[in-house]
Amino acid sequence: MRQPVESTPVRGVYFDNNATTPLDPRVRAAMLSWMAEECGNSSSAHRFGQRAREAVEAARAEVARLLGAAPEEMVFTASGTEANNAVVRDALRRAEPGDRLVVSGFEHPSILAAAAAWAAAAGVELVRVAPGPDGTVDPERVEAALAPRTRLAALMLANNELGTVQPVAAVAELCRRRGVPLLCDAVQAVGKIPVAVAELGADYLTVGAHKFHGPLGAAALWIRPGVELAPLLVGGSQERHRRASTANVPALVGFGLACELARAELPQRVARWRALRERLEGGLAGLTEVVVHGAAAPRLPHTTNAAFGGVLGQELMMRLDLAGFAVSTGAACGSGTIEPSATLLALGLSRKRALSALRISFGAQNRLEEVEAFLPLLATELEALRGIAAAGRA
Amino acid sequence: MSSRLTAIAMSGGLDSSVAAWLVARSGVPAVGLSMLLWDQSSVARNGRCCGALDLGDARRAAAQAGIPHYTLRMDEEFRRHVVDPFVDDYLAGRTPSPCVRCNTFVKFDLLVEKARRLGASALATGHYARIVAGPDGPELHAAVDAQKDQSYFLFELSAEQLAFSRFPLGERTKREVRQMARDGGLAVAEKGESMEVCFVDGEISDFVAREAAARREGPAAGGASGGARVVTRDGRELGTAGPYYGYTVGQRRGLGVASGSRLYVLEVLPSENTLVVGDEADLLAPGLVGERLHWIGPPPPSGALEVTVKIRSRHPGVAALVRAREGGRVEVEFAEPQRGVTPGQAAVFYRGERVLGGCWICATLAE
Repeated sequence: MRQPVESTPVRGVYFDNNATTPLDPRVRAAMLSWMAEECGNSSSAHRFGQRAREAVEAARAEVARLLGAAPEEMVFTASGTEANNAVVRDALRRAEPGDRLVVSGFEHPSILAAAAAWAAAAGVELVRVAPGPDGTVDPERVEAALAPRTRLAALMLANNELGTVQPVAAVAELCRRRGVPLLCDAVQAVGKIPVAVAELGADYLTVGAHKFHGPLGAAALWIRPGVELAPLLVGGSQERHRRASTANVPALVGFGLACELARAELPQRVARWRALRERLEGGLAGLTEVVVHGAAAPRLPHTTNAAFGGVLGQELMMRLDLAGFAVSTGAACGSGTIEPSATLLALGLSRKRALSALRISFGAQNRLEEVEAFLPLLATELEALRGIAAAGRA
Repeated sequence: MSSRLTAIAMSGGLDSSVAAWLVARSGVPAVGLSMLLWDQSSVARNGRCCGALDLGDARRAAAQAGIPHYTLRMDEEFRRHVVDPFVDDYLAGRTPSPCVRCNTFVKFDLLVEKARRLGASALATGHYARIVAGPDGPELHAAVDAQKDQSYFLFELSAEQLAFSRFPLGERTKREVRQMARDGGLAVAEKGESMEVCFVDGEISDFVAREAAARREGPAAGGASGGARVVTRDGRELGTAGPYYGYTVGQRRGLGVASGSRLYVLEVLPSENTLVVGDEADLLAPGLVGERLHWIGPPPPSGALEVTVKIRSRHPGVAALVRAREGGRVEVEFAEPQRGVTPGQAAVFYRGERVLGGCWICATLAE
């Protein structure tokens, strides 16, 4: 028998919470009973099934409450990607050649890549609206892109790499006047800022549990009452015929509690993040050739994206990782390659500048001491890398 | 901590996985680095090469060794330094040695630079070769396992690069290495050998033809990939073979022409799309002319230097006199005539187990 893979967890400070967050221990405890003694298919008629159904519906109510929505408006999915795909797929299924799709140029790949792949096949024109240099999309540019036959528009609530908050309400109003449904990917924003579907005015909104200390594998799509959506997954009649699949009860129970905790603790979390980020960006200001991206726009309170002149973000990230601090070169989906971030390029930054960027994103677990420990280390690693890079080749 | 950090080049193969395991077990801080060198989608999996990365296996091996692991995308650099020159060589009628170039320009240059930037003070690889301290600095020596020895492919390294390098497998046999992998429960323990050119899936001549066509130049473009004329040294036309770049000096098979005796390729002449053929005896050459002469340590004094030369990776070696000429050119005179002096291959100079340096073969030495 083979020896098991080394099973020691990684020790270190985790500053990559936009990729995913650690599970809240309270959420874990709530999930565990559904992974141990409890058993039930929420579609079953017996008492086991009834109890599972009750747990799932309680979770649905909590997710809805966090968004100011009604429980029956929420469709559970296995991921934000699935929820976004479902909306894009449905819009294109009903589209005719010559119709149009309008998306911001830095949407998540679950919208951008899905739209690109399926629009071409359907003969639908895909219009990407570039964000401005401040990291936000100008509603006027979206308006200019909307055409009479636009089937769907998509604008994220907050950008995953920059944290910049987008003018969704203004764009939703423009879309509403033209009868264009709007998809709002709020995966990065929910749990970080107050989100109310009524104020945003979108027709679809996606949210994922693991971005705010809930479990992986649980997400939801909010659908405005009266808006149709053909299911992406076809099978049983779960989720009011809008998404077939046996409910993932433990994950949904965790999702519900994560929403409840986020709602109750948001003010304290936001206050903490503001303090951490103020300290972080104050420290960055003391380093030479470091520029924070999107700082002029409204931003999520926990995200900092900055360029570190003279180095490759990937190399600095690896040095920091080896020294015990996890940060990101950009979207996790794009890591592992040395292509510059498409989001940063969309802002009009040079390739070199985009390649020098790092993203630092806090979670509810992070403490000021961690930032205090990080800053001198960052300065040391940055200087060391700049020295080697200057001595070697660019 | 980073002052003693050792980086390990990890391909996902058995050898580099065991090298990583050994470094990690020695207790020094270690980090695994894998290079994404070539689009894998077109290349069949298992058992290919060192370069063509089995990323999943490399990750798994790093996890089993308990070390962090990063993947570095270097496909543009690999194409520039290895793949394009490989195609250039075939189109020029030479038979290249891409593994040498990969070591010289990719693993021990670009990857070493990456390792330095991560704060590493050494780069370990799974090569079968040894680094031995000598009076003039580190020396490159053949591996203990003569069957697996890869010192030939490392002849272009400098003493400075050797000082940064570690070859944990150099003192071990392949059998021992595989046994270690089994004993350690490594997932790659039963993985096969890789002998082919890692980025070529199928026939080399087809690959060269595709690449040449993609460049829209060279004899393979525009349907000009016609068969090469097959002629003898005295000018007799024997017929037509495949495109000239599908042949290498010393090759006997695939000529497709009938003759009373066994015929061997003696020369490949791209400008005339011609293969010169002859008897086995005609393959024997008294020496070679080389270029881009390289010494690992300080260059030896001028004059004839006695060495053992290997004129291809599996060559047993022959005693020879090396005479350096102007501009990196060199003449190598064999103690006994050798068959198969092939332009494009490396000629590597040994003294005993030690690699002194080498050159790239351009031609046979005139008698």
